[in-house]
Amino acid sequence: MPELADTTVDPANWTCPAPLRDQPLVVMGHGGGGALSAELMEQIFAPAYGNPTLAALADSAVLELGGARLAFSTDAYVVRPLFFPGGSLGDLAVNGTVNDLAMSGARPAYLSAAFVLEEGVELTVVERIARTMGTAAEAAGVVVATGDTKVVESGHGDGVYVTTAGVGLVPEGVDIRPQRARPGDAVIVSGPIGLHGVAIMSVREGLEFGVEIASDTAPLADLVAAMLAVTPDVHVLRDPTRGGLAASLNEIARASGTGVRLRERAIPVPDAVANACGFLGLDPLYVANEGRLVAFVPPSAAEEVLAAMRAHPQGTGATLIGECVAEHPGMVVVATGLGGTRVVDLPLGEQLPRIC
Amino acid sequence: MKYIDEFNDPDLARRLLDEISATATRPWALMEVCGGQTHSIIRHGIDQLLPEQVELIHGPGCPVCVTPLEVIDKALEIAARPGVIFCSFGDMLRVPGTDRDLFRVKGEGGDVRVVYSPLDALELARRNPDREVVFFAIGFETTAPANAMAVHQARRLSLTNFSLLVSHVRVPPAIEAIMTAPACRVQGFLAAGHVCSVMGTAEYPELAERFRVPLVVTGFEPLDILEGIRRAVRQLERGEHRVENAYERAVRADGNPAAVRMIEEVFEVTDRNWRGIGLIPLSGWRLTEAFRAYDAEHRFDVTDIRTEEPAECRAGEVLQGLIKPTECAAFGTTCTPRTPLGATMVSSEGACAAYYLYRRMNGPTAQAGQAPREEMNPVA
Repeated sequence: MPELADTTVDPANWTCPAPLRDQPLVVMGHGGGGALSAELMEQIFAPAYGNPTLAALADSAVLELGGARLAFSTDAYVVRPLFFPGGSLGDLAVNGTVNDLAMSGARPAYLSAAFVLEEGVELTVVERIARTMGTAAEAAGVVVATGDTKVVESGHGDGVYVTTAGVGLVPEGVDIRPQRARPGDAVIVSGPIGLHGVAIMSVREGLEFGVEIASDTAPLADLVAAMLAVTPDVHVLRDPTRGGLAASLNEIARASGTGVRLRERAIPVPDAVANACGFLGLDPLYVANEGRLVAFVPPSAAEEVLAAMRAHPQGTGATLIGECVAEHPGMVVVATGLGGTRVVDLPLGEQLPRIC
Repeated sequence: MKYIDEFNDPDLARRLLDEISATATRPWALMEVCGGQTHSIIRHGIDQLLPEQVELIHGPGCPVCVTPLEVIDKALEIAARPGVIFCSFGDMLRVPGTDRDLFRVKGEGGDVRVVYSPLDALELARRNPDREVVFFAIGFETTAPANAMAVHQARRLSLTNFSLLVSHVRVPPAIEAIMTAPACRVQGFLAAGHVCSVMGTAEYPELAERFRVPLVVTGFEPLDILEGIRRAVRQLERGEHRVENAYERAVRADGNPAAVRMIEEVFEVTDRNWRGIGLIPLSGWRLTEAFRAYDAEHRFDVTDIRTEEPAECRAGEVLQGLIKPTECAAFGTTCTPRTPLGATMVSSEGACAAYYLYRRMNGPTAQAGQAPREEMNPVA
């Protein structure tokens, strides 16, 4: 038995470690879609080439060009493994950019595709990804019109990276951006959340949750068109990818200066996602999605938009999860099932599994 | 959902809340020991639903928060060495040492990996015989058995490239430290269900008797916590101070004897520093002499690293319920979730963080453009 220490504990001096924020190096959290990603944008990219279009911080930029209103977006796709339940890197690279365009209300038309290949990757893998991109493009009604390929030395990449950019036309009378959220707006999510993030985690980390969980990756432009057919006055659309529903709603609340109030019990979380998150100590609100959108719609149109969404294959699980409010501007608050409330804040970077 | 919805039923919760309200005739201060309980309380808004007479004080049961600064510095030193694969539970990566954290070491080229079990780290050691694999073995009695099992297995498999950086802490000495603090105002405890599922309740009757406090073993779902509060308040109102098990589906009086045997084979009790609290006698475990070969501190010769921790915030007083967060001069000025000084502002379950968010939610300072972008990192 070790010696007893003769020390009096003084709980009056209890403190706890604070996370370091002023990182001189890039850390994984800078790509997590949370506060660190936002800092990268605000402190490095915006000062370097900032302009009013960029400052809108929408999923895609809306540009006036030759009398037309173009939506324009680009995204880089890095995912391990390259193929996962419900999809692949190729599906993500097409659907992700198609969805970013759709979140401006645009009809996506053309994509570019740039590949960064690591020396030593099997050509059959590249072919498989290209084929899934072709299939996904056809399903989304877009044309991959241009591209590029670079190869980096072995050990300097992670197999295959793909970057896609896309353009689409925004219909007349449609003005969809985060700043347009208004108190009273109905907040609607198009279906169950968290499936993509948990599917990737289960294959990447070799975790088994009893049932196979497939990614929800899907193109959403058609669903958006169905919603706009009901009313062109959809205020905000966002696809809650990295950072999940929590990050998207916080960004909208901040951009519009309104509050968001959610009803926890209404948020569609599949049992398998809830169980996996419970096991890992994660919150489904922060888990990534790839085939879902969140919409802010004027209350007068909410029922009709919901009905139109539910009639569409990508929106059968559409649910009213809350509303936009004038109180607590810039904040997202959830009413818990028991009747309490809690704040849902912007995540720092990626969620980390808890020790207990 | 089976086994989750049942413990989340709003009607049953309302009935328990009504009963707590009807029972509590005067103010009572209860401490939930475990960070997991705190997390559940905040997540479900239980603290807002309780009657005013019943105050919850958040306990020190956050393994990430209480891991001493010098152990973090040792981890950083080992993780930065070439040839090392440093494995940790995810939430330890963000905890700062003196001047960096494990994320930074990873960004600088260190091989730092998140694992979900120490046995995953053991498997890495088996597959990488030319590398040194170190597992960061922190936590309370809950994580100790699996960590003990990992080192036991390493010896059985004759793996010589696996070691543990151990910083285990034990709950009963912490309860004793809390109750003997001069300004303590805790009148009852919700004991941590997971800890008791391993260790049983044998250590608690003596504490309940000596300090005349009810100790109710409590689970982590909302109804578990409300039932724990109901029983603790009932005891207090009756002038009783017993150990009660309100988590019978998981906790037996003798705990999990196989897990306890595994702990006793590998670990021995030692004094342990708690970050932000100080040294609590006999409050930790370390590897026994027989397993010293698996002790990363010795293997990497970092036993001499000593660190002085700055203490400049009043989180301890908040934790004891001596002051409200808003009574601290630093609250909302130098201390925010973005630049926290202490435990209670760091994590989403912290009292200061909750006050900070709710004050802004309801108060005049809540303005457009000043929306929160601070981290609310659930570390415990």
